[in-house]
Amino acid sequence: MTTKSFQEHFDNQIENEVSIEPRDWMPDDYRKTLIRQISQHAHSEIVGMLPEGNWITRAPSLRRKCVLLAKVQDEGGHGLYLYSAAETLGISRDEMIEQLHSGKAKYSSIFNYPTITWADMGAIGWLVDGAAIMNQVPLCRTSYGPYARAMVRVCKEESFHQRQGYEIMMTLANGTEVQKKMAQDALNRWWWPSIMMFGPSDADSPHTAQSMKWRIKRFSNDELRQKFIDVTVEQAKLIGLTVPDPNLKWNEETGHFDFGEINWDEFWNVVKGNGPCNKERLQARQKAWNEGAWVREAAIAHAQKSKLKAAKNNKQKSETA
Amino acid sequence: MKNIFHRYGDYGDREAAGGENTHHDTSNEWPLWEVFIRSKAGLDHKHAGSLHAADAAMAIENARDVYTRRMEGVSIWVVESKYVHASDPADAEMLYEPANDKIYRHPTFYNLPDELKHM
Amino acid sequence: MATVQIDNTTFQLLHFTLQWADNALINGHRLSEWCGHGPVLEQDIALSNIALDHIGQARSLYQYAASICNNFDSEIRQQLFASTALNQKISKGELIDEDDLAYLRDAWDFRNTLLVEQPNSDWAFTVARSFYFDTFNFFWLSSLQSSSDSVIAAIAEKSLKEVNYHLRWSSEWIIRLGDGTMESHQRIQDALNDRWSFTGELFQPTEADIAMLSMGVGVDLSRIKQQWLDRIHAVLNEATLIMPTSVWMQEGGKQTRHSEHLGYLLAEMQFMQRAYPNMQW
Repeated sequence: MTTKSFQEHFDNQIENEVSIEPRDWMPDDYRKTLIRQISQHAHSEIVGMLPEGNWITRAPSLRRKCVLLAKVQDEGGHGLYLYSAAETLGISRDEMIEQLHSGKAKYSSIFNYPTITWADMGAIGWLVDGAAIMNQVPLCRTSYGPYARAMVRVCKEESFHQRQGYEIMMTLANGTEVQKKMAQDALNRWWWPSIMMFGPSDADSPHTAQSMKWRIKRFSNDELRQKFIDVTVEQAKLIGLTVPDPNLKWNEETGHFDFGEINWDEFWNVVKGNGPCNKERLQARQKAWNEGAWVREAAIAHAQKSKLKAAKNNKQKSETA
Repeated sequence: MKNIFHRYGDYGDREAAGGENTHHDTSNEWPLWEVFIRSKAGLDHKHAGSLHAADAAMAIENARDVYTRRMEGVSIWVVESKYVHASDPADAEMLYEPANDKIYRHPTFYNLPDELKHM
Repeated sequence: MATVQIDNTTFQLLHFTLQWADNALINGHRLSEWCGHGPVLEQDIALSNIALDHIGQARSLYQYAASICNNFDSEIRQQLFASTALNQKISKGELIDEDDLAYLRDAWDFRNTLLVEQPNSDWAFTVARSFYFDTFNFFWLSSLQSSSDSVIAAIAEKSLKEVNYHLRWSSEWIIRLGDGTMESHQRIQDALNDRWSFTGELFQPTEADIAMLSMGVGVDLSRIKQQWLDRIHAVLNEATLIMPTSVWMQEGGKQTRHSEHLGYLLAEMQFMQRAYPNMQW
């Protein structure tokens, strides 16, 4: 086959919704786009462990402690599934981690915001995981097989995350005055960063068109953002919290909520590294990785020694036989 | 056919997979393993995903911790990814299409009276 | 207030249960501090599983301890603890639960061993602490499976399955580090030597240990000490490591005299319940 016929074959598969698998021919840019997107996604899970991990040691009940620990652990698992999916494209996990640590690879900006009170655990589960699920459910049908399969697993596990977050918010909203205040304060701080999670407006999103054509992406940033706002506003109302957007209003004509101006200046600044916790997050990851180096080396050294020992034993056995 | 012998697995062969050709030292990276899980007695082991581990014992334990957190399994297989041999998709026509016209291998090929039971 | 005679056996059962529960909680809490900071993703996840096992065990045990407390007459209940926050609740006539025991007791009511409250430091120190404790826990639970107290026997049986895995995990890491690189060998040997002085206390019987042993509820600590030593020796041997030989042993935790570390741990762990008392979370 010529490159042209490879390309035709690939285009046909995409057109007919046939998954692309690791050993199939694929255009270089498709591969690069996937590596970038999947590794960013994996990094987001791993960095995302940090803001919530903050509160594992301070959770207010043993039940909450277990739930939060299990949830943050799940995020580690999700990072692992995603790194594995990216590895099928020919990049190693260590390389991806290097890219994260050097600042070359990005991760979701939301995790550069601080978790200040316990209510932030509720807000993150409800809003951040809620937004993530909006993004992720369509990815279960993304065109690259290993990515789609990883996302199926992630989405299956993720469903408890949003529910536990909403449950925390609900408990606070039904609680004492100070608890209500805590819940509202968390919603105030996390609302805008959450709706920024869907990324820049379609007009300013350079990769969207190509990604949609390749069926990597299924919906545009703005479509998903609108969907998220429509469902979340109702959920806030249900527990008596107020979404911090004075311009929020139901639009009969469109059947959606209109909402206020997003502060894209803030968004791009956080992306560029000027968020409140960018430095801390990256430093925490670098520290864990660097301090773990001798541990990883030791395990490899031991495995090699054991292999040699086993080989020697086998040889002796066969000589005496 | 030579590709089958020159490439192995979905993983491991960076050139075949078109990975970036940077000179990255991976000698200290724990090898990659494929994980297969039997979800309950009586079923086949099914590919669940992959992970890194220094040796086989650790790979099984990591698989337990990563892939069976929600009671997904009763038995685990692991195999180092580099030992998985895979067919080349370019050979798909040769390998799989000849089976398309052998419909007589399928039980529905045969027309039998409805009255016939248990066959 | 007139002092009422406390049923001593039940009182000792309470202390015995709390000793065990506090070990589980504090150890689980320490291990949970690793979440998100492990040396490699797979081991980060493994350690969280182990932490969850310990906290789960602590919850079962605190529920049992709380039921023991709640069964005392109200006057006696007010004399069980030396912690103001908990006693305020009890004196209002409220029944207590697992969270009250975890979050409203001060350090001088905690009965865990000094070993488990020691900081994680680095991977070697964490592995060394876990190895000593898991080995102890394994023999402790094996023995408690035949306890004459059916609740204790049931919790032991369930926990033992988990601890079997913990012991495998920490023993394998001892071997990997000991028989790994020069650096890892030195680091794990140093950690084992350093933490050794906290292991004597594991086998020092308290009044509660003695009372429970005589009733067929508890564990013969002198018997499991030998089993513990044999197992530690065998694993260290395989790991090409040397058995530590320090003679002076630290003790006090089981008698509620703790190291400085526990205070900080509790300050962090209990902060929410103390800052915002009497609320549902």
